[in-house]
Amino acid sequence: MTAGGGAVRGRTYQALLLALEITVPALLLVAYAIWAAAAESFYFPPLGEIGERFAELWFAERLTDDVLPSLRRLAMGYLLCVVVGIGAGLVLGAFRLVQQAVQPFAEFLRALPAVALIPFGILVFGARGDSMKIFIILVGAVWPILLNTIDGVRGVDRGLLEMARAYSVGRWGRIRDVVIPAALPRMVAGMRTSLSIAIILMVVSEMVASSNGVGYFVLESQRRFAIADMWAGIVLLGIIGYLANLLFVQTERRILRWHRESKGASL
Amino acid sequence: MSSETVLEVGGLAKSYSSRTGTTEAIGDVSFDVARGEFVCVVGPSGCGKTTLLKCLAGLLEPTSGEVRLDGEPVRRPPPNMGFVPQDYTNSMLPWLRVDKNVTFPLRHKGVGAARRAELADETLRIVGLSEFARHYPWQLSGGMQQRVAIARALAYEPEILLMDEPFASVDAQTRGDLEDLLLDVWDRYGVTTVFVTHDIDESVYLADRVIVLSARPSKVQRVLPVDLPRPRDQITTKELGEFTKLRTEVVRTIRQTGSRAVSGTGGHRSR
Repeated sequence: MTAGGGAVRGRTYQALLLALEITVPALLLVAYAIWAAAAESFYFPPLGEIGERFAELWFAERLTDDVLPSLRRLAMGYLLCVVVGIGAGLVLGAFRLVQQAVQPFAEFLRALPAVALIPFGILVFGARGDSMKIFIILVGAVWPILLNTIDGVRGVDRGLLEMARAYSVGRWGRIRDVVIPAALPRMVAGMRTSLSIAIILMVVSEMVASSNGVGYFVLESQRRFAIADMWAGIVLLGIIGYLANLLFVQTERRILRWHRESKGASL
Repeated sequence: MSSETVLEVGGLAKSYSSRTGTTEAIGDVSFDVARGEFVCVVGPSGCGKTTLLKCLAGLLEPTSGEVRLDGEPVRRPPPNMGFVPQDYTNSMLPWLRVDKNVTFPLRHKGVGAARRAELADETLRIVGLSEFARHYPWQLSGGMQQRVAIARALAYEPEILLMDEPFASVDAQTRGDLEDLLLDVWDRYGVTTVFVTHDIDESVYLADRVIVLSARPSKVQRVLPVDLPRPRDQITTKELGEFTKLRTEVVRTIRQTGSRAVSGTGGHRSR
């Protein structure tokens, strides 16, 4: 009966967690609303005003003028990170010599703060278009994916590879059907870290050199002393980050179900 | 049973070089295996049994000598060879369900989907795991996972089956069951089998011939024909005087080579 009791307790606990997840932010919002209404601070406009601006801005033409360009840059930059990171990671992980040769250069690039390359990016790609932002996202956010992929490839069980070889599975087959699935949990972990870095770099690159985008809008609003607009932009960025992560976690749950459940499950 | 030779091992030697020097794992091993025969290879621990099997499987290249399967020299894993590794935990792909693990080699062999499903059904039924086809391997016990490994080898429809201490890490009861399952399967398919083990009783119980290896660098110390009647039974076969005599012979041979190993490397102790 302990198992049944545990399941019930587990379910109650789950409900408690969900309640906390909803009530705490709601309470914080209410607290802010009450406090801001009384404080009449220039820096912290009333909640209603921020909400109003939020609706006016983001459900109107700003959606196509600023939000979509930002999302497009993020998506393209991130996609490039995934393709380059996994592609290069597979090669570097599989070939010791290549990795040895590339390592110092990669370590240097990784240590370099990506934002330091923004001036260079402007020089090469120009300030206005998407290319500079995508470039900055790539050089800043590719590393967690690359390094995790290399580690994942290295960590593939030799027994699995030997089994595949014993059954005459060719090199390409072993990479596709053994190495990649086995390294996938590590790749996904890297992709998750990379996603939050990509969002940061999107915002920063838009603040430094852009004529549209949510990052640009936040800085521009501050310069116009449109403080409610600024907050509306910040809140939107928070929501974008939150939703992107949520989408990511949901996908991960589906793809890596075997990995989550294989931990400590056996007859 | 015909006495046509399937597998020939001639003057096989294998040494590894590392920073600490060269280790001679296999000194000079020669033997033949006839079609349909069940051969067990035993020897003191650390005598290079696994190395030998990997050379037979084409997974390791011998330093000298040669392995021939159907007269063809083995340079890479042959397409008509099934392989059951020692450790079941890292021979199953954890992201594939049991039936897909069984058919994994077949997909790469180019066997069609319908035939694959048929083979998975058949072999899982034979090893008694039909109802676990849609489970993941990590949901099964060790003994069951090793049965999946046997099903996978059978589904490959091999001419020869190589097994590397496959039952070493399961409990005694399960081991007995797996031995009987294997004999049943071997009888049914008539597949030539080379079975490496450190368990002397197991080798005598299963084999037509037991090949006893010496300590490292291993040589064939002795070849013992086992003429125990088949089908064999865990109780009645092991009660036979002939069984006891054979196992004592194997123990004696291993102890002789083992005591030599004590003076040589101190690796193997004998009372």
